Amino acid sequence: MSLFGTKRLWRGVHVPEHKEQTAHLPIRRLPFPPLLIVPLSQHAGKPAKAIVREGQEVVRGEPIAEADGFMSVPMHAPATGRVERIAPAPSARGELTTAIYIRAYPGASQEVLYGSDQDITQMTPDQVIAAVQATGVVGLGGAAFPTHVKLKPPQGRTVDTVVVNGCECEPYLTTDHRIMVEYPKQVLHGTRVVMRALGVERAVIGVEDNKPDAIAALLQANADRPDIKIEPVVARYPQGAEKMLVKVLLGREIPSGGLPADVGLAVFNVATLAQIGDLLPTRQGLIERVVTVTGPAVSKPGNYLIPLGTPLRWVLEQAGCTDQAASIILGGPMMGPSVGSFDIPLTKGVTGVLVLPKKDPPTVYPCIHCAACVDVCPLHLDPSHLGLLARKDRYQDMEEIYHLNDCFECACCSYVCPANIPLVQYFRVAKQMNRERKAR
Amino acid sequence: MIEFLMAGAIMGGIGVVLAAVLAFADKKLYVYEDPRIDQVEGLLPKANCGACGCAGCRAFAEKAVAGQIAPGKCTVSSPAGVAAIAELLQIDAGTEEKRVAKLACAGGPHVARHRAQYVGLSTCRGAALVNGGGKGCSWGCLGLGDCERVCSFNAIHMNAHSLPVVNEALCTACGDCVDVCPKQLFSLHAISHRLWIACRSLADGQQAEADCEVACTACGRCAADAPGLIQIVNNLAVIDYSKNSKLTAAPAQRCPTGAIVWFDKEKGPQRGLEAKRITRQSPLPVAEADLPLQSATTTNEGVHHS
Repeated sequence: MSLFGTKRLWRGVHVPEHKEQTAHLPIRRLPFPPLLIVPLSQHAGKPAKAIVREGQEVVRGEPIAEADGFMSVPMHAPATGRVERIAPAPSARGELTTAIYIRAYPGASQEVLYGSDQDITQMTPDQVIAAVQATGVVGLGGAAFPTHVKLKPPQGRTVDTVVVNGCECEPYLTTDHRIMVEYPKQVLHGTRVVMRALGVERAVIGVEDNKPDAIAALLQANADRPDIKIEPVVARYPQGAEKMLVKVLLGREIPSGGLPADVGLAVFNVATLAQIGDLLPTRQGLIERVVTVTGPAVSKPGNYLIPLGTPLRWVLEQAGCTDQAASIILGGPMMGPSVGSFDIPLTKGVTGVLVLPKKDPPTVYPCIHCAACVDVCPLHLDPSHLGLLARKDRYQDMEEIYHLNDCFECACCSYVCPANIPLVQYFRVAKQMNRERKAR
Repeated sequence: MIEFLMAGAIMGGIGVVLAAVLAFADKKLYVYEDPRIDQVEGLLPKANCGACGCAGCRAFAEKAVAGQIAPGKCTVSSPAGVAAIAELLQIDAGTEEKRVAKLACAGGPHVARHRAQYVGLSTCRGAALVNGGGKGCSWGCLGLGDCERVCSFNAIHMNAHSLPVVNEALCTACGDCVDVCPKQLFSLHAISHRLWIACRSLADGQQAEADCEVACTACGRCAADAPGLIQIVNNLAVIDYSKNSKLTAAPAQRCPTGAIVWFDKEKGPQRGLEAKRITRQSPLPVAEADLPLQSATTTNEGVHHS
């Protein structure tokens, strides 16, 4: 608690949370699907290189692909079975990406037998970074940025504080919430691992105040250690964005186009740290993650521990989708991508599967210059003007004069727009056009 | 009275001094410009389309006068216009084979399946960013007409099956459609390239055919028919246009799906006799047979206001 009450984000929006459907449900495992599709590119950076061949038998937890350079992470077999083929598979982005298809043995055990003990307290920071890379852990909050890369700040930057992101401001999602309630020790252990790798003495865990049980669980697990501070913040969207959270918690502003390391910080998601805390002591790899499967059209919503590479079809069948389901979103409703195929495998970056009922698309009206979007934009951009420029195809001006690239597509502007203008979609198109123009 | 005269004298004096400066600058800083550049520019169509590779018509005129580019490189000008420029500059008009944009897809909604229905910003660019647009074939035309909108020469029109049709007479090969298509389906080809693979799908034959009835299934009949001219690369037939003069309509005749077409001078793209007939006019239904679900892609703006 600061002098002026709980810290909070002043811009952004308050969206209906819809978390009550799954917030109280404990994390539960799903059975293995008959066929797992493990894409080699589940993270930002270079795709991994397969080290198995077709027909080979793999054991749950065994590495099946190795990191291709520093900006890459290895993959591990999510289930014991046989590699059926290495072939292109559909992805949430739309294009086909190479994947390893693993036919799981019927009755294969959920137990992970692969791995060996290692003592982190005896390791140098570089060894910890290598160990984190070997686990294959990436940012599990959705961006899937390789975690070990963040542990090596760029030349000339020093990190003094670790910020742990337990906000989960997206509606519907409760994965981070449940992880904090059920695995507070792993979260704190993971935090100490990254503090050790970065050589910092201080960490702050920011948790939105709509999760009092998570705050209580973390405080209880951290009762006698003052180096990690647990800080409640007032719930507001998009507080879980790292730029926002850093500003709210520590009052530091990440410069345009910069990284948290530019202001002496490193930001990690709680689920990421819980996985590091869980996997690192036994030298295991990331083979499953917690995914919230929810929405009005799901009959058995819940927080499921899903093996990576499980096809969406299997998840929806297990969770029981009713036939009024129409729109399936991987992640939260504000930022998550909508998918159009049931054969997409769930990857490391998927935080939730949201099934929404059919809804007629809203009628789009012309901009009335009400500036509602300007008021909510957490980055102080002018979405209204950017939208007008996008309609005129002036993509270069959007980037060079109106700071388009600072936009992280939180969709607050689209959410509040009374004219239903799909602003964020315009911005995504503009960014894509700019990327292609530069590549030419 | 004297004040009036003073004011007049001061202003007049300033005027004289500045006039002298301007007169000096006009002589000293004069840049000679070939008057023919203006004349050539006047004869150009002023489309500023960039098809010639220059940054607009003025740049083309400068290059033409300098002898760095043949007037015939301007594909937008009429032959008479090109001849007039050549006459003015006393140089050879040069010949540039007319190029046109060609679409490497024939899968309208009546033959190609959609996995999901796209709802949102009604442009191909917007749709392509939402899980690739929801089409079964991830290489196929989305049919929302970005190319039609971007074409400055009115050469592209969407037909009844939501596929762009290029009017060869109006197309100037400026390349705007090539840049705007999110699936990179357009490419510029010499008009003499009559044989054309109207498919970009790299999926294996069975998958390609399940997604689209006019897909190239890489069966290899065309390659057998025209050895050395057509090759199957990555599940797709590829024509070697360096041997264009040897190409005939025979591969198009043999293609079982009709993915290979022959651009007839009068009748437009023609499919072969062996291609299976498609009489369906209405779009195929959007459905996944084995799940009790209708999948629909929405934009991220599909947030519940409650």
